[in-house]
Amino acid sequence: MSNHLKDHLFVSGHTACSGCGQAIAARLVVDSLGKDTIVCNATGCLEVFSSKCPQSSWRIPWIHSLFENAAAVASGIEAALRYLGKEHIEVCAFAGDGGTSDIGLQALSGMLERGHNVLFCCFDNEAYMNTGIQRSGLTPYEASTTTSPAGKIWQGNWRPKKPVVEICAAHFIPYAASASVGFPQDLQRKVKKAASISGPKYIQIHCPCPLGWGFDSSLTLEIAKNAVLSGLYPLVEYEYGKLTKVFKISRKPVIEYIKPQRRFRHLLKDEKVLKELQGVADRNIEYYGLGKEEK
Amino acid sequence: MFGPLVAKPGSSKNNQTGSWRMLRKPKFLHKNCIGCGMCKLICPEACIDKKDKNFYEPDYSYCKGCGLCSYICPKKDIIMVEEK
Amino acid sequence: MKKFLEGSHAVAEAVKLCKPGVISAYPITPQTHIVERLAEFVANGEINAQFVNVESEHSAASVVLGAEAAGVRAFTATSSQGLVLMSEVLFNIAGLRLPLVLVCANRALSSPINIWNDHQDAVALRDSGWIQFFVENNQEVHDFIYQAYKLAENPKIMLPVMINMDGYILTHGMEPVDIPSQTEVDKFLPPYNPPYKLDVDNPLSMGLLGDPTVYLETRYAIQKTLEDVLKIIPEVGGEFESVFKRKGIDLVEKYKIDDAEEVIVAMGSVCGTIKDFIDKKRKEGLSLGLLRIITYRPFPKEEIFNSLKDKRNIFVLEKAVSLGNEGPLYTEIKSLFEGETPYVSGFIAGLGGRDITFNTLKKMLEIAKKDKVRSYFLDVNYSLLKEEFFIYE
Repeated sequence: MSNHLKDHLFVSGHTACSGCGQAIAARLVVDSLGKDTIVCNATGCLEVFSSKCPQSSWRIPWIHSLFENAAAVASGIEAALRYLGKEHIEVCAFAGDGGTSDIGLQALSGMLERGHNVLFCCFDNEAYMNTGIQRSGLTPYEASTTTSPAGKIWQGNWRPKKPVVEICAAHFIPYAASASVGFPQDLQRKVKKAASISGPKYIQIHCPCPLGWGFDSSLTLEIAKNAVLSGLYPLVEYEYGKLTKVFKISRKPVIEYIKPQRRFRHLLKDEKVLKELQGVADRNIEYYGLGKEEK
Repeated sequence: MFGPLVAKPGSSKNNQTGSWRMLRKPKFLHKNCIGCGMCKLICPEACIDKKDKNFYEPDYSYCKGCGLCSYICPKKDIIMVEEK
Repeated sequence: MKKFLEGSHAVAEAVKLCKPGVISAYPITPQTHIVERLAEFVANGEINAQFVNVESEHSAASVVLGAEAAGVRAFTATSSQGLVLMSEVLFNIAGLRLPLVLVCANRALSSPINIWNDHQDAVALRDSGWIQFFVENNQEVHDFIYQAYKLAENPKIMLPVMINMDGYILTHGMEPVDIPSQTEVDKFLPPYNPPYKLDVDNPLSMGLLGDPTVYLETRYAIQKTLEDVLKIIPEVGGEFESVFKRKGIDLVEKYKIDDAEEVIVAMGSVCGTIKDFIDKKRKEGLSLGLLRIITYRPFPKEEIFNSLKDKRNIFVLEKAVSLGNEGPLYTEIKSLFEGETPYVSGFIAGLGGRDITFNTLKKMLEIAKKDKVRSYFLDVNYSLLKEEFFIYE
């Protein structure tokens, strides 16, 4: 058997789109955690492309229940392991942005409040991709989706991203962070840090989606990097509710980030609308202190 | 009585997604590789193997030709060529 | 050891002796006392379980789903709104073939909101693949817990069990309950050892995407398994009887049926009232009996048919209605009989906790004598009904 099928805990043969950001992120997470890991996956792209009966890309124990209950099922697994005295096993809940910020928020909040030793990873591709690119609570301002399309009157999504990292941090959990597949080693560091903490942890991972956002599959990593470098996707870390670390950037203009993406195409035709999105980035940079100090 | 209920770990290996490739595939030149391992780290198909020091190869039976390995290589040692 | 207990505490005592690893529930009247007593047990170290206070019934069912999948015996309880809220998860649990045991304190469904007893909640879940029992008294609900785990965790079955007990009537009504010793329970109920679970030493993927090439077989398998369950239930009941010297689970209970010409069919605690009614009527010369349905799912067609086929009149009395058609139990019983006799009539009563009394039963026999009825509502207060919308004052 090829080495790659033994080296990784999430292996080839899955049916993700070519260049899928989520496929990269999921593998980086479980590879960083090791074989003593159990994953509960919500309904979504990741679950569908990795578990079509009788095939599974997962080499660790894995369960898919429903769309909104990943955090609750993970809580149950964690309680069972605690009963069995097997607390060294890392229990994870995986969900997309919809399964986290919208339908999954109640179960997530309950899990955080009860203090379960569970790592919740949100794979944020910024829309309900599995069902065909519909708008979610984490769809960014002015992004065009099928239920918030850019048209003659609408300019795409008219609401900002729900601040789920802050919502989790507001539960005063030991660790809440955002990460990106554009910075894979940073993601690995954050996963390992979370695994070293006992208690509820949340990591939101930005996963560009070639099909949903409309770009060539070879650009996934560049676009992910630009999202961070423009200030639109701040990489932050909260510990017990306090902002302890941010990834400082040297500010790329937002237009560099959105140019290759079909979902933001309408911004290239309208200066005013583009300026509004730049404003979102500018406000993030100020709020989180993302700018590198002038020497 | 039971129907299909569980799947064996890694059984997706039976699905050879290399057949998806239509337009292009990566060619590893093995000229300037510094062994950074980034190609293996970021491959969405997890199909790049380290065969030897400074020598990585994709498994074409799974490679979908996304081009991310070519993008990430700091030494431009991976190029995308036409799929014949 | 005999204790004078309300039904909810009888449940808690039995759950304690089953040594669950995870208990998780969300409060809803009239289930609350079950979970409160269990919390007390855990707080005092009498049960060594993880007690998870969740933020909704959907999550309660999800937590115990996760625990069962991880190979640990789990328990939850709910009622009415909670049962239908978690119904998505309950279908999921049956499909995942996890042997959860759930106690439902039967209560009416909103709207209007009503906290009193009827069977609409449980009956709404009859298509889910769960095994469903309806108990008559507190001793039964206590004894059924042990047998439910034994039945569910059988590696050939691996299906969840719902034990239905009438809310308030049984949950809050006090009766003497004989509680066995831990040794006796351990003799009857072995530890949970599933054929599949989430285990890092043997990693499996559960809850797969089943496309049209495989989905049908999963449903067929549950159907066939439930047919086997019909044979296994009396076996488990027999084993229970040999250890505990009391009647165990069964498909039906026949009360004074053998020589009866007319039989009432019902489920749950109302059967206690019906048995007393039958005794009274027999003294007056009526040839009356009761067929109590204990196992509702899987539906014991053969047992019911054989018990009733030679009777003249059958009166199905139920605390539920499939709005737009008849009582669901009536429809299922009627479908077993094709000829002129026995004649099966259907009655709906007790919805929203309205008491079923001897007068109700008397009325039922009178109506059945006059008309051929299929879904007759008993004890209706017609002064509360008008053709046009009105404000009730």
